[in-house]
Amino acid sequence: MAAEREPPPLGDAEQTDFRELEDGEDLFISTASTLEVGFLSLYVDNVNRSEATEEVSLDSPEREPILSDEPSPAITPVTPTALVTPRIDPVMFERCKEELEEEANGDSFDIDISVSDPEKTSLSIFNKKEFSVKRRFSDFLGLHSKLASKYMHIGYIVPPAPEKSIVGMTKVKVGKEDPSSAEFVEKRRSALERYLERTVKHPTLLQDPDVQQFLESSELPRAVSTQALSGAGILRMVNKAADAVNKMTIKMNESDAWFEEKQQQFENLDQQLRKLHTSVETLVCHRKELSVNTAAFAKSAAMLGNSEDHTALSRALSQLAEVEEKIDQLHQEQAYADFYLFSELLSDYVRLITAVKGVFDQRMKTWQKWQDAQAMLQKKLEAEAKLQYANKPDKLQQAKDEIREWEGKVQQGETDFKQISKTIRKEVGRFEKERVKDFKAVIIKYLESLVQTQQQVGLFFFLSFVKDSVE
Amino acid sequence: MDDSQDLFVGEDGRTRSVTVDLYNDSSLQVEISDAVSERDKVKFTVHTKTNLAHFKKTEFSVVRQHEEFIWLHDTYLENEDYAGIIIPPAPPRPDFEASREKLQKLGEGDGSMTREEFAKMKQELEAEYLAIFKKTVAMHEVFLQRLAMHPILRRDHNFYVFLEYDQDLSVRGKNKKEIFGGFLKNIVKSADEALITSMSGLKEVDDFFDHERTFLLEYHIRVKDSSLKADRMTRSHKNVAEDYIPISSALNVLGTQESSAISRSFIKLAELFEKLRKVEGRVASDEDLKLSDLLRYYMRDSQAAKDLLYRRARSLADYENANKVLDKARMKNKDVKQAENHQLVCCQKFEKLSDSAKQELIDFKVRRVAAFRKNLIELTELELKHAKVRAKATFCARGSAHHTVLENSKM
Repeated sequence: MAAEREPPPLGDAEQTDFRELEDGEDLFISTASTLEVGFLSLYVDNVNRSEATEEVSLDSPEREPILSDEPSPAITPVTPTALVTPRIDPVMFERCKEELEEEANGDSFDIDISVSDPEKTSLSIFNKKEFSVKRRFSDFLGLHSKLASKYMHIGYIVPPAPEKSIVGMTKVKVGKEDPSSAEFVEKRRSALERYLERTVKHPTLLQDPDVQQFLESSELPRAVSTQALSGAGILRMVNKAADAVNKMTIKMNESDAWFEEKQQQFENLDQQLRKLHTSVETLVCHRKELSVNTAAFAKSAAMLGNSEDHTALSRALSQLAEVEEKIDQLHQEQAYADFYLFSELLSDYVRLITAVKGVFDQRMKTWQKWQDAQAMLQKKLEAEAKLQYANKPDKLQQAKDEIREWEGKVQQGETDFKQISKTIRKEVGRFEKERVKDFKAVIIKYLESLVQTQQQVGLFFFLSFVKDSVE
Repeated sequence: MDDSQDLFVGEDGRTRSVTVDLYNDSSLQVEISDAVSERDKVKFTVHTKTNLAHFKKTEFSVVRQHEEFIWLHDTYLENEDYAGIIIPPAPPRPDFEASREKLQKLGEGDGSMTREEFAKMKQELEAEYLAIFKKTVAMHEVFLQRLAMHPILRRDHNFYVFLEYDQDLSVRGKNKKEIFGGFLKNIVKSADEALITSMSGLKEVDDFFDHERTFLLEYHIRVKDSSLKADRMTRSHKNVAEDYIPISSALNVLGTQESSAISRSFIKLAELFEKLRKVEGRVASDEDLKLSDLLRYYMRDSQAAKDLLYRRARSLADYENANKVLDKARMKNKDVKQAENHQLVCCQKFEKLSDSAKQELIDFKVRRVAAFRKNLIELTELELKHAKVRAKATFCARGSAHHTVLENSKM
């Protein structure tokens, strides 16, 4: 059944539906109920839910029925205004450390959370100093999608979660023991850790009940909507496509130079980071090659030393082989640092900037909504004027009601727009500060690693040289 | 860039890195003083300084091409008188194809590079081209110098002609038939070799040659393998060095775009990568010259030594055959005198060859050990030097990164 589903056509119907959402409302609940396309109605219908998920599941072999009945149980609708006032002492979450360790089957991760100064926090839940929870990869994705749906459209920059990799995951599941799958798991673990750290560093997100539940509760209901080919997955793709079309059609009169400037800035940054990331990936690849070739040469030199019948030369060649072997180790370490420090940071920021750009787009959408409300109000006023002339008192009352309704919507639209603009300004400021900190820290760490490896290369050659010159 | 240029100029002008002068005789000095690369051929200027009576002048130059070197090598090979001598391996054909292709691709333009990046890549590729060029000059020169140094080979008439005759030698390159013929000859030769060495009657009575054969067979395989692996390693090193170029360039752009506190860090990092690129490039080229070239040369030289052993084995087989023929003749009492003469000739030939081969193989070992020692020591010295430069550069960069952090945190 799964294979026969098709994504709903991109007609005008869907677009107006999206726009009519109230701000705080849960995206999934409302869209699921308004869209009448065949496969999505399964989403609302509880009985068929387990069928749907079983058929499309790619993520986990165990198929347990879903624990809760509602479509998205953990999402609690939140009104934006309540969260904007940060009452948390910023010191606290800066020192909230987490470590992720992954478990044997590769899909489950242990999160060790240590909270420093629990007294300082006004959040009651963090009353233990250190605790640990188990989470699946899909749980992380679930958390992200919840946060994104709650906060992105009001202007908060939600850190993106690591991407699913079907190929990589199947390799691990199949149980291949080769080093590439171990690498894959480590890469994933490290990415999840960084994702979580970024999320809790955000003062607003830390206060979110979903985040707190994620960090604390021992059992999380399975996140269904994260599977790649599920109904929700396809809905996401549809959303993305709709957004892209929208972006092309919205012509916003930018009255605020700050926004224009910032958008350009992020565009440039995006380009450069992508370019740099590609180049660094090439470097990582070549350094790994270098390591492999150095090891091969070391072995070959050792064998050459063995077959050499002049004793002193034979010894010298063996020493050369040893040195090269050690150098190979260094190359490997350097490649590791290149990758985990440099390359991953860049890829994280490429995705983060996409999130930032998304937030700017949301502002445009909000503006558009406001404009549309104004246009609608105008139409209603005209309609009322016509009715006045035609003298139909009952319809006139309805028209006046509608006018009042739309005046309210215009008000709301303007407030929303001003709000999102304000939020974005703050968010961008915070983002920039974090970015500077992140990059600085990584650059220093990277330089440290370079210094270490260079020193050792020098040492090895020096030692071998001393030996050689004795002859 | 000056460093790697010095490698050739600074050395003792007479002997190149892969071989050493065992005889220390300066009565005939040969060098390639100039070389010009034209469309698809290279013209070498061979310069000779001599006080030998045979030559008309004491100093003279001629222009030779690769084919003429090969011709000279082949005449030595085909000369029976030199059967007991290790013939210096022929220089490889100059091959600029790969390098030329890369330069062309760069020229065709990849719009994604900044002007600086382009200039740097071009510089890298040009340096690579130049390095290949220098290498081919060196290989041709070593070939001639070994001939000039050898007491017997230097007296060859063809050698004099090669050095002195200032007209074109009219040596055409081998046509297809001759190349094919050459292949066949090689196949026949190796089949013959296998046959001879497997003949039970030919047990090696001489311990020295027995040992040498075992040694050379294994050594040749190993040195060939090492040469290959060294080439790959050097290639990888070059790749890593080249990778630093776009990274450095992107970091520079980021640094200039940024108005925040990290712009300086980006620029410092870009500078560091630029410095590292130069160092890594030199490491790669040093490895290439001191290690890869050395191994490659001794792969060829050990093959030449193996060829010598084969010729001796062939001559031994002939001697053994002559003995058998003599015995048969004596039994039948027919053509005995003829057989006796033939056997004597073979015996003399074999013994002369053996004596000469023994000396040659001893010389080969001395040469080999000396060349390896010299190159390994030089390689180590260079690596140490580069390691210091690298360490200093990264150390400074790290220091200034810390410094900016401190500065900014004070603000």
